[in-house]
Amino acid sequence: MTQNACNCAPEAKRVDLSLLEPVLAQYAEDDGALIPVLQHAQGLYGYLPLDVLREIAEKRSTPFSEVYGVATFYTQFHLMPRGKTVVRICQGTACHVAGAPAVTRAITDELDVSLGETSADLNFTVEAVACVGCCGLAPVVVIDEKVHGQVDAGGARKLARVLRAEASR
Amino acid sequence: MIAPDTSTPRAAYEVRVCAGSACVANGSLQIAQRFEEAIARNGLAGSVRVIKTGCHGLCARGPVVVVGPDGVFYPAVDLDAADRIIVSVLGDREPVEPLLFRESPGADSIARYADVPFNARQQRIVLRNCGVIDPESLDSAFAAGDYVALSTALATMTPEQVIEMVRDSGLRGRGGAGFSTGMKWQLARAAEGDLKYLCCNADEGDPGAFMDRAVLEGDPHAVLEGMALAAYAIGASEGYVYVRAEYPLAVKRLRKAIADAEARGLLGKDIMGSGFSYSVSIREGAGAFVCGEETALIASVEGRRGMPRPRPPFPTTSGLWNRPTCINNVETLANIPWIVANGAEAYAAIGTGNSKGTKVFALTGHVHYTGLVEVPMGLTVREMVHEIGGGSSSERPIKAVQIGGPSGGCLPASLFDTHIDYDALASVGAVVGSGGLVAVDKSTCMVEFARYFLAFTQDESCGKCVPCRIGTKRMLEIVTRITEGHGQPGDIETLERLGNLVRSTSLCALGGTAANPVLTTLKYFREEYEEHISEKKCRAHACGALSTYAVIPEKCKGCGVCKKNCPVNAISSVIKEQYTIDPDTCVKCGICEAKCPFDAIIRV
Ligand SMILES: Cc1cc2nc3c(=O)[nH]c(=O)nc-3n(C[C@H](O)[C@H](O)[C@H](O)COP(=O)(O)O)c2cc1C
Ligand code: FES
Repeated sequence: MTQNACNCAPEAKRVDLSLLEPVLAQYAEDDGALIPVLQHAQGLYGYLPLDVLREIAEKRSTPFSEVYGVATFYTQFHLMPRGKTVVRICQGTACHVAGAPAVTRAITDELDVSLGETSADLNFTVEAVACVGCCGLAPVVVIDEKVHGQVDAGGARKLARVLRAEASR
Repeated sequence: MIAPDTSTPRAAYEVRVCAGSACVANGSLQIAQRFEEAIARNGLAGSVRVIKTGCHGLCARGPVVVVGPDGVFYPAVDLDAADRIIVSVLGDREPVEPLLFRESPGADSIARYADVPFNARQQRIVLRNCGVIDPESLDSAFAAGDYVALSTALATMTPEQVIEMVRDSGLRGRGGAGFSTGMKWQLARAAEGDLKYLCCNADEGDPGAFMDRAVLEGDPHAVLEGMALAAYAIGASEGYVYVRAEYPLAVKRLRKAIADAEARGLLGKDIMGSGFSYSVSIREGAGAFVCGEETALIASVEGRRGMPRPRPPFPTTSGLWNRPTCINNVETLANIPWIVANGAEAYAAIGTGNSKGTKVFALTGHVHYTGLVEVPMGLTVREMVHEIGGGSSSERPIKAVQIGGPSGGCLPASLFDTHIDYDALASVGAVVGSGGLVAVDKSTCMVEFARYFLAFTQDESCGKCVPCRIGTKRMLEIVTRITEGHGQPGDIETLERLGNLVRSTSLCALGGTAANPVLTTLKYFREEYEEHISEKKCRAHACGALSTYAVIPEKCKGCGVCKKNCPVNAISSVIKEQYTIDPDTCVKCGICEAKCPFDAIIRV
């Protein structure tokens, strides 16, 4: 048999599936809990590797297609590794009219990552978020968990430069 | 019956620091800590108390601090200001004049929060305790009257009486559809089933709206009490709160509130010794706008892809796990305890014809005061924008408002005397919706604005039904090409035809309303579409491909990044280190604007 040549998502090291056990045990009785299980799993691994999805499907006796279907339906779930720092640029209405497009241009340019992508060195993920509920502070950029309000294009560049400097240290 | 214990001693003097999401982002927790430390240092922990409250509303001027029984208001408090306020609080308690709110620099100060023009027209029912109580303390909620209505209803009212009261109050669902809450409860009560669910829809997906978030963060017990009352009325024994994933603080406070309420017997088995049981769990959403739609929400709670299904059967007949399920919005539920406590007539006395009570709006965009406002139904758009919002925040006049988010419509300034209630807005093609209200000035291109909303709904379309999946896609392609300068004659008519088709044939209201932003801008701002198509002109300079780019000499540092990146060599330095763009060569790609590290390139 020829070796499988597909190399599009090389999983550098195999994931440790034993981490999943307590999560699976916690929700074993709850048929409707696939989404919380995936949320916990993503909390453990940072993203949802295919092996993890397979394990969840098997242990919960749910077809893999269903698990995969759910994991790909919701924007919160990520099937690829994410950057160490996640920059989320609000594209909600308030932020949009207050200048989110210019903020987006500045950040994606400065970090050299397009919206929705992760940098090759896995330092940054830049993504859009539709309103974080801080519309009074528009435009808003959320870096990891911290909310930065009233960011204009210049301020966005500064934030991004700080991030780049921190990453290269 | 055990009445809630409301005898907790209240500190003599209260310093309320806003701990809503926006103020926290502005550093309000550090401010609160500063106060607490100073109070402790001076041994005054017994007589002065710092309360970390929910949202006060005026997010744009945060962090907000409100002090003492009179509610002396300090906007935009930093650590320096905090130190000066402490001196006053610990000393003569006179307001610190220079730190008080002013409408503009040099104007007279306004000391009390209630007197700020932003608040003058407001009437707070849903937000009655937001900004007043400590949302993480059940005692604080008790002191403000939470759970009194529940205890009264359980002791003295039948479920039918509760339903009748809510129906007579005229309350309509605040989640968007505006269905009579009393009627929905009646249907759920009448439905057959030994197990019924009462769920709270806290998905709040409308981008630019944060009413539900503020309520959950500022007064979670009001929502839980509303849920318990609703559950009692319809005979439900279990329920979920479906909260949006992007609201971590709301989830945290809600989780604590549920645990606290359960520990005191206000939720769970045999509530307050009445024999009635109702338990609540939280389900966090995973980022899908369509899950706000009730049948999609049910699918999501059941652990499936959140896709809507045709109704009937309505969830009140067959919902979660095929059991009768009543789903109500956060704001709807937060109204309930007030209605039960004050009576149907008091509620029905507020508002207009078929729109009773108050509505919370998230007022944003190009107005002076952005934030959260609760007003009686029936105010005019003009009153919202000019009296509450303080008018345009730039020198450009407000040219339009968008009401109701992606399913809503855009109204031009000529219609600003329209009353904000269900019927009046429907008659001009807009909706109350969930309560997003965005005012925009002349720097917003209405075609681009419509494209923005359509891009959102198109992206969030779950793909189950053809009109929504394909129709919104085709519409988006057309609107996008118009904003990119490739609009063709006939595009407007095609958009109208497609829009009406998508509206009338989609499976759920996501598709059913997706065309509204396009259809209303076509109706009221048609000339902007025509200009884009025939003159290749965008009067707002918002559409990059229809603008001319220029270098601002004062900002240009001569780094040359723009020249290096220009794909058509349209940029040169005429004088040394000063760049200019040749409009004839420029292809308006916008790369120079994006690349300039000094924001020295503008569109003219
Ligand atoms: C696409 C779509 C999104 C919705 N999003 C929400 C939402 O975020 N919150 C909400 O309460 N209702 C939302 N709704 C309305 C719900 O389907 C439902 O009508 C509402 O939760 C009922 O509660 P109410 O009667 O108290 O308004 C949405 C509807 C649609 C079609
Ligand atoms: S629109 Fe950006 S926080 Fe709401």
